[in-house]
Amino acid sequence: MDFLTEVRWSPYAVGAGIGVLSWLTFLLSDKALGCSTAFARTSGMLGKLFRGRGRIEKNPYYQKFAPVIDWEWMLVLGILIGAAVSALLSGDLDPRWIPPAWEASFGASLAARLAVAFSGGILVGFGSRWAGGCTSGHGISGTMQLTLTSWIMAISIFVGGIAAAMVIYGVPETAGV
Amino acid sequence: MLTSLHGRRGLQLTLGLLAGILFGFLLQKGGVTKYEVIVGQLLLVDFTVIKVMLSAVVVGMLGVHAMKSLGLVQLHPKPDSLSAGIIGGLIFGIGFAGMGYCPGTLVGAVGNGYLDAIFGGLGVIAGAGVFAAAYARLQKGVLRIAQPKNLTLPEIFGVNRWVVVVPAAVLIVLLLWWMDSSGL
Repeated sequence: MDFLTEVRWSPYAVGAGIGVLSWLTFLLSDKALGCSTAFARTSGMLGKLFRGRGRIEKNPYYQKFAPVIDWEWMLVLGILIGAAVSALLSGDLDPRWIPPAWEASFGASLAARLAVAFSGGILVGFGSRWAGGCTSGHGISGTMQLTLTSWIMAISIFVGGIAAAMVIYGVPETAGV
Repeated sequence: MLTSLHGRRGLQLTLGLLAGILFGFLLQKGGVTKYEVIVGQLLLVDFTVIKVMLSAVVVGMLGVHAMKSLGLVQLHPKPDSLSAGIIGGLIFGIGFAGMGYCPGTLVGAVGNGYLDAIFGGLGVIAGAGVFAAAYARLQKGVLRIAQPKNLTLPEIFGVNRWVVVVPAAVLIVLLLWWMDSSGL
């Protein structure tokens, strides 16, 4: 069982594992892996708390994606546990607030890192809901079902992401392509 | 199909949690819970993210379509329009580069101890909330531009699913082989 305590596995083994996990979720739960809808449901739960139940219940988006804990919400909760277990087993659990690569580029300001993480998150939340899914729901589950929009979204993520990364971080001299 | 199993709500929530634990375990072992790996992919210096995603797609695709052909599962292609995929994907990509996590991997990142991902997650919730507030206005117009009548490539081409699955699997494997052999 030594492989459980290894820090990194081959990306092909990890991908194949996620593929097999998809078989199981289709078979046992009639569901595809996906994450961003759970964040939309959570926004509705918080909206009920802070903006009032009536307003949320009248919103057509929350009528489509009710603010309740469902299979996908539990999946997202499970990711937290699974990643923590994996990191603990391999001694890779490493509490920190600023990624070292960020600090090397932009310095040790916690406020700057959290502001960019938060505003990047807003775009990710808004964009994933605009497209109807994220890197998992469209990028993995949708593409494996050969959904045209999912392939287009996955490619658009990387087009937008690569362009933005080159602007934010600069074009690296060692870029592989 | 295991319809009676699918209808048991409590059991399904447990299965969702178990699937998530396995998913999170795999994401962490793959290194994609790490900001450096995500940003490295977008800067085209580390191809881990694409390798994980394409391996998952090829293995998942073969199994899911085999089970579909055997009548064991139904597919769930998302109904979104092509314009929604492009606009949403580009907006997502820009945020992805700044945050360095996606909605699934940010949760795994928190499990890995990377606490900036908590603020990323709060941002994702806020962004989803902003979209929900705008949805009533968007749903009748811009979201429906280029709405395909058929969602999946086999339906669009009007062919048996395997006519698309087999070449797609071969192309993905060749692409992975090319990436690996050229040292990416």
